[in-house]
Amino acid sequence: MSSLFDWFANIRKTEPAVQKQQEREIADGLWTKCSSCNSVAYTKDLQANQLVCPECKYHNRVDSDERIKQITDAGTWKPLDENIHPIDPLKFRDRKDYQARLQDYQSKTGLTDAVTTGTGLIDGLPIALGVMDFRFMGGSMGSVVGEKLCRLIEHATAESFPVVIVCASGGARMQEGMFSLMQMAKISGALQRHQEAKLLYIPILAHPTMGGVTASFAMLGDIILAEPKATIGFAGRRVIEQTLREKLPDGFQTSEYLLEHGFVDSIVPRTQLKKTLTQLISLHQPFYTLMSPLEQNNGHHSEVSEKV
Amino acid sequence: MSKTKKKTFLLDFEKPLCELESRIDQIKTLAEENQVDVSAEISQLEIRADQLRQEIFSTLTPGQRLQLARHPRRPSTLDYVQAISDEWLELHGDRGGYDDPALVGGVARIDGRPVVIMGHQKGRDTKDNVARNFGMAFPGGYRKALRLMEHANKFDLPILTFIDTPGAWSGVEAEKLGQGEAIAYNLKKMFSFDVPIICTVIGEGGSGGALGIGVADRLLMLEHSVYTVASPEACAAILWKDAKKSDRAAAALKITSWDLKELGIIDGIISEPSSGAHANPVDAAVKLKQAIWKNLEELWQMTPQQRKELRYQKFRNMGRFEIVEAQ
Ligand SMILES: [Zn+2]
Repeated sequence: MSSLFDWFANIRKTEPAVQKQQEREIADGLWTKCSSCNSVAYTKDLQANQLVCPECKYHNRVDSDERIKQITDAGTWKPLDENIHPIDPLKFRDRKDYQARLQDYQSKTGLTDAVTTGTGLIDGLPIALGVMDFRFMGGSMGSVVGEKLCRLIEHATAESFPVVIVCASGGARMQEGMFSLMQMAKISGALQRHQEAKLLYIPILAHPTMGGVTASFAMLGDIILAEPKATIGFAGRRVIEQTLREKLPDGFQTSEYLLEHGFVDSIVPRTQLKKTLTQLISLHQPFYTLMSPLEQNNGHHSEVSEKV
Repeated sequence: MSKTKKKTFLLDFEKPLCELESRIDQIKTLAEENQVDVSAEISQLEIRADQLRQEIFSTLTPGQRLQLARHPRRPSTLDYVQAISDEWLELHGDRGGYDDPALVGGVARIDGRPVVIMGHQKGRDTKDNVARNFGMAFPGGYRKALRLMEHANKFDLPILTFIDTPGAWSGVEAEKLGQGEAIAYNLKKMFSFDVPIICTVIGEGGSGGALGIGVADRLLMLEHSVYTVASPEACAAILWKDAKKSDRAAAALKITSWDLKELGIIDGIISEPSSGAHANPVDAAVKLKQAIWKNLEELWQMTPQQRKELRYQKFRNMGRFEIVEAQ
């Protein structure tokens, strides 16, 4: 919630100016400058590397459509519930009408709301996949995010599919008031039923995963994976700094911090994500396949270290 | 005998009423001392006081309702527990190294029937409030609550929770110990229990910290309590870029019991004494107990499966969206 605030504040202090020539080419999209190490990479190379900086391994934000391509086998994606659209149940107006905000984000992103859901195959194994998109109002969770994720999980329970959700969210969508808060309970309830059916759920925590998303489905995985250096937490930094009036520890609320304190199982570089997911899913389907698909495909086990 | 100093704390809108009430008291005392009959005048003034009370409390803004919900003299979880139960034994600890004073719980007997009760606990004065962390629980508080709910489920005791918190505690230690995980896990587990669960917002229902003990078969609110996705102050700071716009945020967020009943978020409103629960805590407790009992009687009629289905569907149906058919 308040973490959104932090996030916008961070956007504002972006990198200093660079050479004009390069700037033009960067503007053309031919080259992309890393916002972390400032090195300039050929955009096509960066995309081939799943938007991970080849120099510093900085994980750039991935839009939901791109993420779906990275995870699912080509041609297997079947979207669900694309016809669920947000409305403005409270007639909410802050400095702008919520309805107008929604329309702005819809036309800017081409998305209906902050999550895309569907089914697909991952190295031949079926999964139910939900991908949050930070571009749409900071990935905030309102009724549509809750409803689509709930339907996805219920579908997975009915079909005995594992669920994978890529989290990227500032938290609850305040413009929907209590409807927004209650999505936390609603999704958690659907996950309880999925669990009672002894099915696997793996959330992937991408940057940033905050507030009500952290305090519900992001932390409810049987196995919880995180991308390197993502910001993950319940309360926003700013809120904590204000209440405590002290400096926060180094690396506070990063993936690495959560790993150290026992709240994520593994930090997986994006370039290894599909492989790791396939491995985990196949390990939890002993009757589905006796031999790991990795062995079938590559003839060797996945490696933990990242190869670029 | 030393007279107990009654700490008076008045909200701005309470002042005219309080002045009138104390004037009535003064006149009564004077009349008694001088043995004069002023009963006609007194009853006139009392009618006026009733009217004034009516006027004040029926026209409160959402911002003023928020103040009322946070009233320092508003009865707390332990006040209600003591008022409604014949027996009460507080149980401590999350079995993980922590006992949170901001979230209390225990076993109780109400009208002969054993129950498990838990709730956020604000302090009764400044010192107590510091000790109670103003009702803002640590992860250990939510884990203690879960432990008590599992206990209730094992022994087939209904679970009653009282919600009264500005929010879960935001601090380095809370993050380190997994505030998000603690709340999330409660949300999920609460859907699994066979026993009836009744959650009542008695004061301030602040965000995820409130919801962490808020998954219910029946979700009730005391009339002058509030329940909100984010504190109006935080909401104003983020959306209006001005924390002083919190009154507007309070109105826009729809946080009052009436709004939330209308939106289908809560199942029932428990009416309060006419000047708020703090004006007559005994009466407020009676009403609370009646409401809980009525709901519990209904829930006992159902099988555990029916209750769990009811609980699931209740939250499942929360949310507003539209289905747009493809052109
Ligand atoms: Zn870089």
